[in-house]
Amino acid sequence: MSADVLAVAEHRRGDLRDVSFELVTAGRELADATGGDLHVAVISGDVDGFAEELSLDGVDVVHTVDYGEEFNHDVYVQAVEALYDEVDPTAVVMPNSVNGLDYAPAVAERLALPLVTDAVGFEWDGALTATREMYGSKVETTVEVESERVAVTIRGGEWPAEETHDGAEVRAFDFEPDEDAIRSTVTGFEEVGAGDVDISEAEVLVSVGRGIEEEENIELVQRLADALGATLSSSRPIVDNGWLPKNRQVGQSGKVVTPKVYIAVGISGAVQHVAGMKGAETIVAINTDPNAPIFDIADYGIVGDLFEVVPELIEEFGGE
Amino acid sequence: MKVLVTVKEVAEVEDDFEIDGTGVDDRYLEYDLNEWDDYAVEEAVQLQEAGDDIEVVSVTIGPERAEETIRMALAKGVDRAIRVWDDALDQDLLDTATKARVFRAVVEEEEPDLILTGVQAGDDAFGATGVALAESVGQEWAAVVNQLDIDHLLAENVARVHRELEGGVEELTDVELPAVLTIQTGINEPRYASLRGIRQAQSKEIAPKTLADLGLEAGDVESSLFLTEMYEPESESDATLFEGSAEETAAELASVLREKGVGAE
Repeated sequence: MSADVLAVAEHRRGDLRDVSFELVTAGRELADATGGDLHVAVISGDVDGFAEELSLDGVDVVHTVDYGEEFNHDVYVQAVEALYDEVDPTAVVMPNSVNGLDYAPAVAERLALPLVTDAVGFEWDGALTATREMYGSKVETTVEVESERVAVTIRGGEWPAEETHDGAEVRAFDFEPDEDAIRSTVTGFEEVGAGDVDISEAEVLVSVGRGIEEEENIELVQRLADALGATLSSSRPIVDNGWLPKNRQVGQSGKVVTPKVYIAVGISGAVQHVAGMKGAETIVAINTDPNAPIFDIADYGIVGDLFEVVPELIEEFGGE
Repeated sequence: MKVLVTVKEVAEVEDDFEIDGTGVDDRYLEYDLNEWDDYAVEEAVQLQEAGDDIEVVSVTIGPERAEETIRMALAKGVDRAIRVWDDALDQDLLDTATKARVFRAVVEEEEPDLILTGVQAGDDAFGATGVALAESVGQEWAAVVNQLDIDHLLAENVARVHRELEGGVEELTDVELPAVLTIQTGINEPRYASLRGIRQAQSKEIAPKTLADLGLEAGDVESSLFLTEMYEPESESDATLFEGSAEETAAELASVLREKGVGAE
């Protein structure tokens, strides 16, 4: 076993995703602690172009796997397994993205590696110790891995992106997958959430979350939006319940918005939601729970019952 | 056709709570069926209603207390359930490989054509068991499924799914059965159990199984991960909080919003 770290980059439809550059930072941090090299793998797509972009400060080797165009987990699992045999790393670092969760657990299972997912921090002292959240960000935990080898997925946005270019060695990896073992086929992509309203264009958003409790109460928040001349958006549970259409959803799987003012009403601020609105210029939160994570990123807040506060606000702005 | 749905009883933490050692003090926990699993159960029941002769079986790893939660799945239409428990499983943190090993033993007994799991559990949120299980039993899989073409599945034995990627993009994928699908919230509208369903659930079987019943031993479920600390994250808040009555706080917030040009005609 070497002390090296293998990080697996992510791309979609021709572009490396942000988490790939964060993986370089996280992977380098870990390799510094283990005393090894950082290897980055890029699988499928324009691997030569991607390798150039990934020739970043701190990267020792970029391995390109030129097979197929888009992500396919059967290809990824085989390619990472083959690279693991080649590099013999102590740690494999992958993104905790939707696609990361589609192959990392299979990689870990196949290679008999302990798996830590959704790490927000880690340390190395002969073995990995990771920081993870539980109970929807209400607590943080320390998880110790009892193994010298480990597979870990990292949460996006927790490590800074490495952007400094530096010449890394690029190696074309000789890889022929077992095509009989590719039993899933990606047939296309679909953009969802199109519709009459584009919330990412709005200057002021009033966003409603789980705290609204019932579908008929949505109308109260709509009246606030109307009184403020704002657009109504929401967090995920509201769309899951079918109370608002998908094009109103702010967050990781919905829209990323950067309005001048974002008013979160009854939204606790789960990490997936925050990923979609933390770029707002001013964030206002109204929530009954003073410990709700939304207050960590809010500029202004009211700890209170939205059913009491919102009608007062509507009145302030002369709404009906 | 047989559909296996893995379910988990998860603890939800109240707004105000205390930590005791490496766990949240029991007094602040409420137990419920994992939200994602509720959608997986609903998808299985809808499949059963659309096809002929489809049996839906639920399996959980959990102590006797979990039966109440499993009973809710039975009340919604699941035919029977299996509850695996053993003193050796009573650990702070069961890692993904351990859970996959236990479920694999059940899969080898039940031989389902389709396995549905939730994308993740609301408590420890590893989001990995379904895919690890698929690899472990040599089945295909798809993670984070928010649409499943039930008619196509019944006619062609292929799961035609949408996978919910980030940023409002869905990936369209065909997966050969047998397969594991991890189900995302919003894929359907989970039903409430009817009174009739709740009554019927009382007579449905929840088969308890020990590790030995599944041909496993304590050494097979030794987790490689250990929870060594739990703490409340330090608040990073530098928000200006308005205090007082609803009327007062709303007035203060309104003046801030006006300064920002909100609500100006």
